[in-house]
Amino acid sequence: MASTDTATGTLERHGLSDDQLRAIFRNMLLQRQLDNRGFQLNRQGKVPFALGSEGHEALQAGAAMAFNRGSDILAPYYRDLGLCLGIGLTAYEIMLSIFARAPDHNGGRQFPNHYSSKAAGLMSFSSILAAHLPHAVGAAYAIKYRGEKGRAVLATCGDGTTSEGEWHETMNFAAVHKLPFVMLVENNEWAISTPLEKQMAEPQIWKRAAGYGMPGRRFNGFDPIATFAAVKEAMDRAREGGGPTLIEGTCYRYLAHSTDDNDMTYRTREVVMERRKQDPVPAFEALLVEHGVLTAQDVAQMRKDVLRDTNEATDAAEAQPYPTPADLYLHVHEGAWQPWQS
Amino acid sequence: MAVVSANTTVMNNVEAVRATLYDALKSDERVCILGEDVGARGNVFLITKDFVGEFGERRIIDTPIAEASIVGIAVGMAMEGLRPVAEIQFADFIYPSFNQIVGEAAKIRYRSNGEYTCPMVIRTPYGGGVRGALSHSVSIEALFYHVPGLKIVAPSFPADVKGLLNTAIDDPDPVMFLEHKKTYRLIKGEVPNGHYTIPLGKANVLKEGTQLSVVSYGLYVHWALEAARQLEGEGISVEVIDLRSIRPMDKTAILQSVEKTRKLLIIHEDNKFGGIGAEISAMVAEEALFHLDAPIRRLCGPDVPAMGYALPLEEEFMSSPAEMADAMREMVKF
Repeated sequence: MASTDTATGTLERHGLSDDQLRAIFRNMLLQRQLDNRGFQLNRQGKVPFALGSEGHEALQAGAAMAFNRGSDILAPYYRDLGLCLGIGLTAYEIMLSIFARAPDHNGGRQFPNHYSSKAAGLMSFSSILAAHLPHAVGAAYAIKYRGEKGRAVLATCGDGTTSEGEWHETMNFAAVHKLPFVMLVENNEWAISTPLEKQMAEPQIWKRAAGYGMPGRRFNGFDPIATFAAVKEAMDRAREGGGPTLIEGTCYRYLAHSTDDNDMTYRTREVVMERRKQDPVPAFEALLVEHGVLTAQDVAQMRKDVLRDTNEATDAAEAQPYPTPADLYLHVHEGAWQPWQS
Repeated sequence: MAVVSANTTVMNNVEAVRATLYDALKSDERVCILGEDVGARGNVFLITKDFVGEFGERRIIDTPIAEASIVGIAVGMAMEGLRPVAEIQFADFIYPSFNQIVGEAAKIRYRSNGEYTCPMVIRTPYGGGVRGALSHSVSIEALFYHVPGLKIVAPSFPADVKGLLNTAIDDPDPVMFLEHKKTYRLIKGEVPNGHYTIPLGKANVLKEGTQLSVVSYGLYVHWALEAARQLEGEGISVEVIDLRSIRPMDKTAILQSVEKTRKLLIIHEDNKFGGIGAEISAMVAEEALFHLDAPIRRLCGPDVPAMGYALPLEEEFMSSPAEMADAMREMVKF
């Protein structure tokens, strides 16, 4: 069905086709379903830990649409389920990570949500915040070093990470060398339990761009189309040799930090419920239905498909074996290796 | 640099590092150097002098003063196919990059189950005896040798510098390359011409002996050798082993020597508690206790935070060939 203008005006789609809009929405639904599944499995005692991205769905699905598969590099952080899905990871790969099974890219070594896939251009990262950002500009330097045209690195972090020294070092180096690099900050207002006002005196993170001598802008991260437009503009500039950009998407963290956190110790249910009124998932659904990109029946079918995919991925991943004890000793270095040589 | 034969050239350690880096830059387009003042200044010890003119700012990168990201950027370069040689201007400045070395570089291959690798070298000058005070004199090897995923070499002779630096640059995993700064211009030696490598984890028996095994590395291995040669005149026969490589370490060389001499003295500049000597002692106790005729002894830096700037504070921290000779005599007498 072709989209149409409505009484509320034209859909500002920034070049996104109906298929792309539907893919963004499907990604958002899948994020929410997989997030839910992780928390359910934790409560069932099947996995020791889960961590959700609820509230980041629009931002991540929109941003991923501006990523060129097979060419760009993504250096994400641990709350980027939707970005990783959007650049090509499957629900099955996500569930392998949650269950820590042997076929997982990391061989079941890393925490859930610490995805990596060299084939997808998804850089390996740890839980140490901002430590991945120098790696991202190092990769951007390698792209420029080899004179590769049309490639860029998209790095992400939360608002909390912008307090780290390596965040600053990264921004500065990227700017000095005009690297093909985009710093996307997902500002959800919480660093676990520490609110924005205790993290920084100036809450508009994008304004720091001026201090580094690079362009910066802020966008509404609850709007996937606005997100796509901001990320695409920055990535295109980076790919064309125009240097780095700092972009900040505003969103909100609806869930506790993780299954091991109780957010009711530092914020109230009322505050969270108030922010839930802006939930980007039903809002984007309403927008797409209003503009005829999706019908209510399409949405119902999509929800069914996403649930089916999640169930199948859950069953398939759970059926995979754990890594073996012998796997503990692999990949310390290339080949068999001991600190004592004999 | 003087050519003494068709096959070797006499160099000091600075010249050996420089010549090896130069050859690597010439022969492998993926090799680049990044660090503080490595460009126009040519590094504070002139190791990269004139490199930027020949190889350009793209490959010889003067970084902002930001040690964590010097290492971190090199990690990212390595993950994406370059062969970076990151320089920390003085080993004392490496602490801000501790997480990038221990938490990141050492774990890239492991945490990605082998999908990503991190082939990079971190070069840094370490050690005292140069009036470097608290922040230009430290030894850092013990802080890193505990860490699986890292390799650490500390060569003391120009020929070893060349062979081991070539190996480090070729290595598919991160290697820390420690250069004792007092040996930079003090120590000269013949270096074979042309490309060659020395495997990591192979010690070098500098002097054979029968009554005592001395294991050392860095500046002190030169002093230990001097002391051992002096003791020859007294009829005392000491074997001196240069570890060259700290992780991996050459178990066979140490055990073969100890089983022959039945006595072990470990000498290092870094402080004693938890130092390299502790691991060697433990290994020998586990593997060769009943070959020993005397308790193992460690002659090491004192357990104080650092050597001071004032000459007596530096001299008190540092050992000397005379002190080493005394320890050797006592061990042989035991």
